[in-house]
Amino acid sequence: MGTATEDYQLRAVRGAAGGGELGSAKTRRRISQAVLYALLIIGALLAIFPMLWMLSASLMPTGEASTYPPHLIPSRITFSHYGELFTRLNLGRYLLNSTLIAVTVTAVSLVVNSMAGYAFAKLRFRGRDRTFRLLSLGLVLPVQVAMLPLFLLMKNLHLINTYWGVIIPGMASIFGIFLIRQYALSIPDDMLDAARIDGASELRIYWSVVVPGILPILATLAIWTFLATWNDFMWPLIVLSDEAHYTLPVALANLSGEHVQDTELMMAGSVLTVIPVLAVFLFLQRYYIQGVMAGSVKG
Amino acid sequence: MTVRAPGDAGKAAWLFLAPALVLIFVFFFLPVLASLVLSVTDFDIYAIANPSSTRFVGLANYTKLLHAPEFWQALRNTFYFALIGGPLTIAVSLAAALLLNAKLVRFKSFFRTIYFTPFVTTLVAVAIVWRYLYHTKYGLLNYALGHIGIGPIDWLGDPHWAMPAIILLAIWKQFGYNMLIFIAGLQAIQQDLYDAAEIDGAGPARRFLNVTLPLLSPTLLFVGVITMIGYFQLFSEPYVMTQGGPLRATTSVVLMMYEEGFRWWRMGYAAAIAFVLFIVILIATLLQFRLQKERV
Repeated sequence: MGTATEDYQLRAVRGAAGGGELGSAKTRRRISQAVLYALLIIGALLAIFPMLWMLSASLMPTGEASTYPPHLIPSRITFSHYGELFTRLNLGRYLLNSTLIAVTVTAVSLVVNSMAGYAFAKLRFRGRDRTFRLLSLGLVLPVQVAMLPLFLLMKNLHLINTYWGVIIPGMASIFGIFLIRQYALSIPDDMLDAARIDGASELRIYWSVVVPGILPILATLAIWTFLATWNDFMWPLIVLSDEAHYTLPVALANLSGEHVQDTELMMAGSVLTVIPVLAVFLFLQRYYIQGVMAGSVKG
Repeated sequence: MTVRAPGDAGKAAWLFLAPALVLIFVFFFLPVLASLVLSVTDFDIYAIANPSSTRFVGLANYTKLLHAPEFWQALRNTFYFALIGGPLTIAVSLAAALLLNAKLVRFKSFFRTIYFTPFVTTLVAVAIVWRYLYHTKYGLLNYALGHIGIGPIDWLGDPHWAMPAIILLAIWKQFGYNMLIFIAGLQAIQQDLYDAAEIDGAGPARRFLNVTLPLLSPTLLFVGVITMIGYFQLFSEPYVMTQGGPLRATTSVVLMMYEEGFRWWRMGYAAAIAFVLFIVILIATLLQFRLQKERV
């Protein structure tokens, strides 16, 4: 889309310049630059507009978001919807549930996936390639296929309606193992052998040689896991039936059924759900974006 | 001092792998296999209380499925979403990546961050936001369209517009991720190839068709497969925005599986739905690899 427009623009400019007037190259450059920026800015506005409107509507007095013509900016700023969410609608509880679940899954999965990823990358053992191939089959299996029996399994383990019911299936991920393995391949074997000659145990090598060596990819995986767990909807919806255990997305979907008319209230709830992940992303985006680009292209 | 025997390293390796493999096997591979078994039984709400009442029914669930008009509709809806929404998402992602990769542009990381932001947001939350943006009377989308003379559209209430509305949201939410992968792919293309093409008199369009696209095709395949697999699993958007309506126009295969399995507890039947979804995804993935091979 972008290049096509740019191309038309260039042709138009070429035509206007009568096919090769002096100085036209510079003008052409200017114009295509202006077109590029215009497209980029329009794109950026489209990308953030829904979020800006969400924030703005969450601060409007009740009813203002449902007026015609629509208001973009609150006539008067009020935090009452946020207050209502925390006092009457128990949002603090859901915030806590989501945080607890996302932090636990992230912490445990970092250890579990990094140990496995390192073993696949650097340790020689029988059956390694076969196991790895078997694991990669899992990447084409949609998770939904597992959900019905997983529910019954969780029921037998008495984990329905508990935090663990959400946490346990998230503790290991094939994607995470692949990401770590890819990065761990670059650890020099000499370094590991030197530690072995010094008599360090395998666990000690993992902890003091491998982990420091793969810190950047651990950061990527941590952010990825935190965001994915926080945003996850379907499995928590299935496993958590008691309101006290709801995560934010489940609670929000539930609220939005009961409070369809309260636009401002729902926007405040959406802001509170999105803010933690946006904050994590914006502060740590360097690791995240680099990780996504590196992991995906090689993977 | 000697390095420990290789057998020792093997034992250590399995210890490192054990937690991950046990978790993935017990909570993923085993349920997937169990799902296949479940799909040939009549496991339902009574079986949850008393599993021994479950009976083997052969392929009855599958034949029932193939005779259920609502399943075919769910399948059609899902294909609509994946086959229209997927390519559109990829086109937008590629356009954004090309813009951000242009030599004349500065502030690249600033724009990149903004474009990527929708991807990290919580789907349920932004689906609720978009539900209000799509409001027939007060929604900003219809307000904006009104200015260019397009009458109010009942986005989520009209069976013809509900799926396009969901596709639009999906594009907005998803394009940033694909864009990043495309940027990485574009950066891997060597500049001298463009220079050579330019010397040969190729304009921007020719350069895009003859240099960028062929060299980007592995990335395109990757993005195509990832996007399609994700889009065939459509669930949260219709769940939050339309509850599968109007007139089941946005009921996807996964939404139908959820309703059959976890609302009506017809788990044997739902497992058959899940398996058909898996087969559809598998065929679509293989097809894409095949197409890719033919093109090269």
